[in-house]
Amino acid sequence: MNMQKKQLMPKWFYQMASPKWCYKITGKLLPLFSCTGLALLLLGTVWALLYAPEDYQQGNSFRIIYIHVPSAILAQSIYVTMALAGAVGIIWKMKIADMVAYACAPVGASMAFLALITGAIWGKPTWGSWWVWDARLTSMLILLFLYFGVMALYAAMGKPSRAARATAILSLVGLVNIPIIKYSVEWWNTLHQPATFSLTEKPAMPVQMWLPLLVMVLGFYCFFATAMMLRLRNEILSREKRTNWVKELVTKV
Amino acid sequence: MMRVFWAELSRDLLLAFRHKGDFLNPLIFFLMVAVLFPLGVSPAADFLAQIAPGVLWVSALLATLLSLDNLFKSDFDDGTLEQLLLSPESTYMIALAKACAHWITTGLPLALMAPLLAVMLFLPAQAIVTLVISLLIGTATLSLVGAIASALTVGLKKGGVLISLLVIPLYIPVLIFGASAVQSAVDGLPVTAYLAILGAMFALSLVLAPFAIAASLRVSVSS
Repeated sequence: MNMQKKQLMPKWFYQMASPKWCYKITGKLLPLFSCTGLALLLLGTVWALLYAPEDYQQGNSFRIIYIHVPSAILAQSIYVTMALAGAVGIIWKMKIADMVAYACAPVGASMAFLALITGAIWGKPTWGSWWVWDARLTSMLILLFLYFGVMALYAAMGKPSRAARATAILSLVGLVNIPIIKYSVEWWNTLHQPATFSLTEKPAMPVQMWLPLLVMVLGFYCFFATAMMLRLRNEILSREKRTNWVKELVTKV
Repeated sequence: MMRVFWAELSRDLLLAFRHKGDFLNPLIFFLMVAVLFPLGVSPAADFLAQIAPGVLWVSALLATLLSLDNLFKSDFDDGTLEQLLLSPESTYMIALAKACAHWITTGLPLALMAPLLAVMLFLPAQAIVTLVISLLIGTATLSLVGAIASALTVGLKKGGVLISLLVIPLYIPVLIFGASAVQSAVDGLPVTAYLAILGAMFALSLVLAPFAIAASLRVSVSS
């Protein structure tokens, strides 16, 4: 009877649930994403550092945004990816989705960390201090804390399947909270401090400036996809090590 | 549905009443943390009045955090929690009743004790009513959200510090608006907007948190 139930999702969605199939398909996708990512990052970096025009106020120090902005964007998208993968894992009981969520967490945390560090390095010459209690900085810091919470819970839970469900719940709760945190921090800041940091508002950039930024953002997304798939494939192998196909795969080499 | 709620609530309250230590410890902790600030920072009245809204709210938050560890622990240890989840009754209501009982035994007394500490920290008198109201609404949200983390970590050996790690980022909005409400009352500004936002966060967590608590409890018990 169950077999006749109407399938809610397209076929590839169910195929993806098979670790073996997923391992195969990511193996094919991996060179594509890693090569595109590398090319985009190289192109973006050279373009941004050598050819993009200087900022008329900040001079060359503005060029750090080509790392800062992509990593900040990534930190947020990765959290959403992680929470959605967790939700898929809870709803459809997919092992692969659990592993994707697991693979996302450290990558996202390092992106949030990178965004904070580059922000601090940029803040020193521009604002005159390493840290300001600016709304965006604070909400990025809280996002980093949310990642830490998820990773700590993973580490504390023993069994992978249990850890996956627990962290999925936590990251979904965090997902509901992210907009609340973001707006509350923004209101708190604007209520308590005069808007001296309007520099954080990006000026309307000329094309020569934002085009390399776009290239960098795309490059970062490809990098994330690559890093996530590498971690995912490792995780698949280690969790499926008792199955025949993994044994064959390992002994073949 | 409501029958389960009341049965669970009265059971938890009776248990808390019989174990007075669990019930008093957060209150004493609240008092002690608030005392640390004058000792550690400065006993000058005008300075304390300035930091009092934040200090009182942070201390109340920490006291709530401290009490979260025990929320499901004893029920988990003696197997009651498993029986509750196995019963055909709604786990949503059971989770809600647990969070409610937690608020009645920690948030409510904290809010009622706050005026005493407010006087000790020289909080201007016109802000005391706002302090109590903001704590009443805010600690209810803290109990509901905290119960999620407590439910997630109840099966773990060393859950104590982990709970703080999971919960503090989620508590930040409540802290911001709670402390801002009191600060506005000190400055003589209207506070209804802050209280309304605290109320909105309470309403949201009242509706959603019990689902997350129930799901987390299932994960913890399933081991």
